[in-house]
Amino acid sequence: MDPESQAQIKRIADDFGSDNIMVVLGASDIEGAEIAAETLTVGDPSFAGPLAGVSLGLPVYHILEPEVKESVPEEIYEQEVGIVSMIVDTEEVSRAFRKIRETNK
Amino acid sequence: MAVVIRECSYILVHVPDFVRYGSKPARDIPINGGPGGALERRIYEHVRSYDEAVAYPPNQVYIGNMHPDDLHTTPQPWFEHPVAGAKRHGKFGEILPEEEWYGWLKIADDFNLVWLTPAFIAQIRDVVSGHPFLEEEDIGKLGNGVAINKIRDKIERDDALPLYYDGSLVGSIRRDHEVDDTLKAQVLMENLMAKASGALAMHHLFNRAGIEPQQVDFILSCSEEAVGDRYNRGGGSLSKAIGEMCRCVNATGHDIKAFCAAPIHAIMDAASLVQAGVFERVVVVGGGCLAKIGMKYVGHLKHDMPVLEDVLAGFAFLLTPDDGVSPIVRLDSIGKHDVGAGSSQQEIMTSLIVKPLERIGVKMMAIDKYATELHNPEVTLPAGSGNTPLTNYKIMGALAALRGEIGRDQIDTFVRERGMPGFSPTQGHIPAAVPFLGHALEAMQQGRMQNTMFVAKGSLFLGRMSQLSDGLSFLLERNPRRNG
Repeated sequence: MDPESQAQIKRIADDFGSDNIMVVLGASDIEGAEIAAETLTVGDPSFAGPLAGVSLGLPVYHILEPEVKESVPEEIYEQEVGIVSMIVDTEEVSRAFRKIRETNK
Repeated sequence: MAVVIRECSYILVHVPDFVRYGSKPARDIPINGGPGGALERRIYEHVRSYDEAVAYPPNQVYIGNMHPDDLHTTPQPWFEHPVAGAKRHGKFGEILPEEEWYGWLKIADDFNLVWLTPAFIAQIRDVVSGHPFLEEEDIGKLGNGVAINKIRDKIERDDALPLYYDGSLVGSIRRDHEVDDTLKAQVLMENLMAKASGALAMHHLFNRAGIEPQQVDFILSCSEEAVGDRYNRGGGSLSKAIGEMCRCVNATGHDIKAFCAAPIHAIMDAASLVQAGVFERVVVVGGGCLAKIGMKYVGHLKHDMPVLEDVLAGFAFLLTPDDGVSPIVRLDSIGKHDVGAGSSQQEIMTSLIVKPLERIGVKMMAIDKYATELHNPEVTLPAGSGNTPLTNYKIMGALAALRGEIGRDQIDTFVRERGMPGFSPTQGHIPAAVPFLGHALEAMQQGRMQNTMFVAKGSLFLGRMSQLSDGLSFLLERNPRRNG
């Protein structure tokens, strides 16, 4: 996750408190999403950005998980995400993100 | 009257000693031990030799010695599977070594910004003089050099940046204003490198097309560098500077800025100028981007692999009225991403592919190949940035499925047959679909392919002036007059 995004999320967490926000990721490659999730929970694994050594512990979901899908109006979801859900294994995404949340609890 | 893309060229410049000046390393090194400190040493333990860069399969694809589809059968990681007998020169251009590059940089320098030591100039003079595109007048610009103590003094006292070859100090590049950030050494170095690499690409274009530089009427640069001073940052022009270096004495030009989609914008503009009869021969040129050298180095070090972003890339294209032979730019096929179109992947791809094809009555499956952002995934995946071309091709396949042109189970086949593996250096505008143009021109000339759609997107939001993305596309078709 690039340092600019890290800084922006850190600022939001500082302003509103980590307990009041959650993160929804959209990257279609799971490995990249996993790195982002790790960065936003336990800290920047590359120790290069503003979240190096900063454990925000934010709950991280992926836009393709059923919990998120259910909370978005169907028409908007189809328009924005529909085509990506055709080409990504959404069950694998769910499994990966449940594991991330469990591991980083 | 139709407009054709008559010829193309592609060049790479191996710049290992400039990895430290890529934007990311240049920001990280000062806070991690400084020059000669821990991080810089670690980076330089992972930088490749010239021979390794030449033998790297994606680089051989870029200069035309291999086809992109050959990468399907090249085992990965590609950096561990060098091409046997790989050559510096390819069908489309060459991979210039750094020693010669210093000569090009000095020849491009009209303001005495670059100082090289007398010993280094003596070392490189013969190899630089041996380049077929450089003339005596160019070689004269190398001069006799500046004493090393004067160079050291300029670096220590006046914010000049040291220049290295094979790790040793060989010169410096100075700033040209006391306080103007747009004329500081780092920025001038970036601009000069875009100019010199653009000129190398343009020379190759003239050589391949068999035309004289003075026959060119107009030049469009789609390089990303913001040339100018404090009053007009980015307002200046690389086009004319590159044209001057290549002796295009009858041409002028201007720069096209559209982030990563700029090459497609420039080709559209060039084709329109030719079609309108304003100019007869228009060149589109893109020089290399120093800022993006070593951009993903953190991921590469983490995986203990070479820092693969060690080459500047460039290209040039010649557009002319229909010659009855070369592939045609279908100006009625331009796809554009409108302000009101929405920014989801689906909406962008619909704007750029589905709508223009519908307009001219062509089905998605009637397109032989789609060229999209062709970032080399071996560079981006270790940094967690995904496989850009693969994602794009999957979305295109899903669009074809949504339209009922193929079944959902045929998306993977679509991706393999109508897409290609990414092979381009990750230099912003460089990967923007056009690295495939040379291969497409060749296949259409030889009758192996009927058409290709070129699709590129730009991250407009990076400039903080709009949350929008951008994108543009066009269809290139085999010339119907080719076989009588």
